[in-house]
Amino acid sequence: MAAEPGSTANGSWERPTAFYSKNVKYGIYALILLFFAYSFWNLRMSPARFIQGLGAGVELISSMLPPAYTPTQRELLIQGILESIVMAIVATVIGIIISIPVAIMASDNLVPGPIYYIGRSIVATTRSLHELIVAIVMVKAVGFGPLAGVLALAFKTIGFFAKLLAEEIEDIDHGQMEAVTAVGGNSIQRYIYGVLPQVMPRIVGLSIYRLDINLRHSTVVGIVGAGGIGITLLNSFDKYDYQFSMAIISVIVVIVMIGEGISAVARRRIQ
Amino acid sequence: MSSNPESWERFDRRERLIRFFMLFAGLVIIVAAWRAMEVNYGYAITAPVELADLFSRMYPPDVGYSTTITGALLETLNISILGTALAILMAIPVAFLGASNTTPNKSTYLFGKFIISFTRSVNVIIWALIFVVVFGPGALAGVLAIAVRSIGFTAKLIAEAIEEIDKGSVEAVTAVGASQLDVLIYGIVPQIKPAFISVTTLRWDINVRASTIIGFVGAGGIGVPLQTEINYFNWEAVLTILIAILGLVLVSEAVSAYLRKKVM
Repeated sequence: MAAEPGSTANGSWERPTAFYSKNVKYGIYALILLFFAYSFWNLRMSPARFIQGLGAGVELISSMLPPAYTPTQRELLIQGILESIVMAIVATVIGIIISIPVAIMASDNLVPGPIYYIGRSIVATTRSLHELIVAIVMVKAVGFGPLAGVLALAFKTIGFFAKLLAEEIEDIDHGQMEAVTAVGGNSIQRYIYGVLPQVMPRIVGLSIYRLDINLRHSTVVGIVGAGGIGITLLNSFDKYDYQFSMAIISVIVVIVMIGEGISAVARRRIQ
Repeated sequence: MSSNPESWERFDRRERLIRFFMLFAGLVIIVAAWRAMEVNYGYAITAPVELADLFSRMYPPDVGYSTTITGALLETLNISILGTALAILMAIPVAFLGASNTTPNKSTYLFGKFIISFTRSVNVIIWALIFVVVFGPGALAGVLAIAVRSIGFTAKLIAEAIEEIDKGSVEAVTAVGASQLDVLIYGIVPQIKPAFISVTTLRWDINVRASTIIGFVGAGGIGVPLQTEINYFNWEAVLTILIAILGLVLVSEAVSAYLRKKVM
């Protein structure tokens, strides 16, 4: 008779383990604990410093409240937020225009092998670098301002959008493409009438989703000088004007939540 | 349908008008947005040239420099792992509050949901700015920034897993006379364990990327040398750092994908 998983010789029951045996399980747990102990030691964090930090934290929070701004600062805040929103829109549009051909290149059912690998590597590269790293490089290349931010966000959009769209294209029904070919359509018509209608809902849904993500990111790329509200936030921290910092953070949170809400409603209506 | 039976049209006239106006409105918004940026076209046109020039100055990467950044790279990895671990510790109670079937009452549910959406809405670099003010520059600020930022994401997904559990095992454990703690350990935890591990590894993967940039505001990791070298226009070293980051991110992505496949 096969033993129940986890049952022992004397008939008592123990929870089954996902590892090969209990020894392996505790060995792995011990290794994980050791690693944490090492990393913790590596931080060189003394309890005194931590407690001091907690005091500083309370002080910071009390100096942040209530959020406040002068009339000049209000101008800066409105300008910065508008610039962030505008950057998000432009970056999403540019990113999507570039992404669609990349997505076709990165779907293995539409293109031959070598092109597929080029497409996949474009997707992998644009995905792996964080938007702030791309932004800092773009600032050096095209100067301070929203253009650098737009380029950075558009760059990041390619990896996200092309990857997810390519997955959708790989799942399409080939019958429709063949039908377009059968009635005499050329290869461009095959894409427009055979592929596009099948992936259009996904394109719209992803665009809205990406606009939401780009809005979040456009509020912070300013920290490296790439336009938007971020630079105002950094300046307020550098000037120890924490009440204004808090005002900016609150506005960012509200804008991001509104964006997320609109995006969620719009995507639900499409699907 | 159309008046001419010979021709087929997908939309009637009203639908076409609505679609036309939606498209038009979209275009107006895009054009207005572009104009509002007040782009200096001189810069915009030379952007490709400038970028090409930048990359020509970066190449070849400064291989000798790579030995000096191993410490910072390890610190990045440590920040990401400690930050994720701390995030999980804080996210578990939040997840039980934010799951409709385990939360004690309506107000705790709303409190859980509030923490989830608030921590998610503030970007990691803003958290880093705040914690650098509190704890001073260094990896500690980075760990806390990563941890706080990750609470929302992990708690949200764990809460969803808790909401999807099979009530049968909870009832079975209760029926044999278990205490509330036993119900938690034997009834709920085994059911959410796979989701828990996959959420943790997925977030760790995201946090590796995030911990490469928090150095820009002084919160430790590879971002610190990256910003220094960029400010000194030491482009060959910058390319070395970028390649190192790329490698780290790709490896962590592979590890995370392997672990998630293993538990799913």
